Amino acid sequence: MLNNLTEFIPRIPIAEGTAWFVGWLTSTFAFLFNPIKTYFGDFMEWTANLLYSIPPIIVILIVALAAFFLTGKKYGLAAFSVFGLWLVHNQGLWEDLTFTITLVILASVLSVIIGVPFGILMSKSKTADAIIRPVLDFMQTMPAFVYLIPAVAFFGIGMVPGVFASLIFATPPTVRFTNLGIRQVPTELVEASDAFGSTGAQKLFKVELPMAKATIMAGINQTVMLALSMVVIASMIGAPGLGREVLSALQRAQVGPGFVAGLGIVILAIIIDRFTQNVNTKN
Amino acid sequence: MANIKVEGLTKVFGKRSKQGLELLKQGKSKDDILAETGLTIGVNQASFEVNDAEIFVIMGLSGSGKSTLVRLLNRLIEPTDGKVWIDGENLAQMNDKDLREVRRKKMSMVFQKFGLFPFRTIIENVEYGLEIQGIDPTTRRKQAFESLELVGLKGYENQYPDQLSGGMQQRVGLARALANDPSVLLMDEAFSALDPLIRKDMQDELLDLQEKMQKTIIFITHDLDEALRIGDRITIMKDGAIVQIGTPEEILVNPANDYVERFVEDVDRSKVLTASHIMKRPETVNIDKHGPRVALERMKEEGISSILVIDSKRKFKGYVTADDASIARKQEIKTLEGILKTDIPKIEKDTPMHDIFNIIHNIPTPVAVVENERLVGIIVRGAVIAALANDSEVESENA
Ligand SMILES: Nc1ncnc2c1ncn2[C@@H]1O[C@H](COP(=O)(O)OP(=O)(O)OP(=O)(O)O)[C@@H](O)[C@H]1O
Ligand SMILES: [Mg+2]
Repeated sequence: MLNNLTEFIPRIPIAEGTAWFVGWLTSTFAFLFNPIKTYFGDFMEWTANLLYSIPPIIVILIVALAAFFLTGKKYGLAAFSVFGLWLVHNQGLWEDLTFTITLVILASVLSVIIGVPFGILMSKSKTADAIIRPVLDFMQTMPAFVYLIPAVAFFGIGMVPGVFASLIFATPPTVRFTNLGIRQVPTELVEASDAFGSTGAQKLFKVELPMAKATIMAGINQTVMLALSMVVIASMIGAPGLGREVLSALQRAQVGPGFVAGLGIVILAIIIDRFTQNVNTKN
Repeated sequence: MANIKVEGLTKVFGKRSKQGLELLKQGKSKDDILAETGLTIGVNQASFEVNDAEIFVIMGLSGSGKSTLVRLLNRLIEPTDGKVWIDGENLAQMNDKDLREVRRKKMSMVFQKFGLFPFRTIIENVEYGLEIQGIDPTTRRKQAFESLELVGLKGYENQYPDQLSGGMQQRVGLARALANDPSVLLMDEAFSALDPLIRKDMQDELLDLQEKMQKTIIFITHDLDEALRIGDRITIMKDGAIVQIGTPEEILVNPANDYVERFVEDVDRSKVLTASHIMKRPETVNIDKHGPRVALERMKEEGISSILVIDSKRKFKGYVTADDASIARKQEIKTLEGILKTDIPKIEKDTPMHDIFNIIHNIPTPVAVVENERLVGIIVRGAVIAALANDSEVESENA
């Protein structure tokens, strides 16, 4: 009986549906995807080359100085940055590093630009919250590799699909934490703002966002770390950088080079993490 | 001139609030409506007027709807029904723009936990209300400084709220509310988060400020002592409805029902009762007409050993004792002049109880109560003790 019932309904063609849908998107929005692929790709290339054209010693010094002042004139992070970046350079991974940094920064900036407004929307509207929340859950739990497939369909291979996949994967924390941060603003402060006759925008910019800043920054920190992990995965679809070194070491079963490239990613991750955290706690 | 007039103001929390409103109009109680429909009554058809420059205190137990009521006045909470008239305009029906204008210019609010913005300095907090009106930085700074000076916090402008004590923070809250010179101040348990001594200071300070500023102040509290200290009139709320409105005296001496009476019970009566509440009608002789013989006769009649002396205009003169009067009668003296004694304390009719207590507890004689030099009553020690012990007879005699 039960057997009959399960046999009775044929397999629902989700896979086919998705394939059709992505195909439809690709052809329908080609006018949008193609220029993005070309111009944004060029822009990224140009940024990475610009970064690479600066002598490493100057980059290291700037990072060290920034670390020194961001951490409230402590030497720890500055010393680590100098040593870590020098080591990456020493291992001949400097060019890969500049590509990875470019990808992470651009992907994160886009995530924040898109994520914060959505977070604000969610905090202001129950309906928006009810719709966006499950979408975010979906985006975060779907294995990251899956995003690479439509990314390639839309943008071919290279850095642009890497950023696209990273956007989907890394934006949710910024949205969530922005929403949370605004909802957590004490009622009295919101009331105070209203009671003095603030407009909605005045309330948002003068009270809610400043109050939510620490929480939003915690979300951005997570977004940046996720973007870094995604950028590594994106090497599978041809994004250049440290990830590509890991991948090729994996393909050739070379333990040594694999470890060195992995170490480069760890160093970068630590520096980025401490930087975004310190921006957070500074005020 | 009535500055604020509230008519049938009602708030029902919940989805089908109109249904709750119907039930309220049928006279159903808060508890019944909650049981029947799951709707919570915040405020139930409140009506009152607040006069210009009056401190109008709203009090009631927790959950009685005080905070809701005060937020209906500036529409931080949308009313379900009713009207709020301010200077002839109905705030309950205003569009958003006009409402903002009223909030910016006419009404300010002071909050229980101060509601200061932690990331702004003190002066930036104070100027918030001016800033959002788009007033230019120099002008608004100047106004904010003046306001800060008014509450005695000059010199703190560049600190942050968490660097200040609770009392100081609430002064900042007050300064911020005063900076845009509103005619109405809404204060929701503004002093409740402060410790008792600071709280007294703040009450005094508010009264001092009020003397200068003459604002219309709506002050929420659940503390009767505070209400009695600062209120010109007091409103008592229960289950969202207004149970009684009156002067502090009316509320204390004449509680409208058991709820108010229970509320009032544990108050230190000595703070509010005055001489007029506990004095008795005095037995007197008239110095212009009577001599020792009449005085002795009256004392014998009343069974007392001394009697108060007045003149034909009821002006208080002093007293004579039975002993002195009988000696005078034996010596055939016809007037009271020679035996009149004046070493008797004289107090005004509105002297508060605790002052009377201080006077009476170390002298043997009764105390004369006067109004414009005219004798209106007498207080004996027993009456003071009885009143302090909350003797019901004293209360009903004078009610
Ligand atoms: N946002 C809300 N949603 C639902 N019910 C509410 C809401 N706000 C208040 N109430 C209810 O309305 C009633 C009045 O609450 P209110 O906060 O006005 O009381 P209060 O007199 O200020 O009490 P307290 O002394 O505790 O501050 C209470 O029964 C409360 O549970
Ligand atoms: Mg309250």
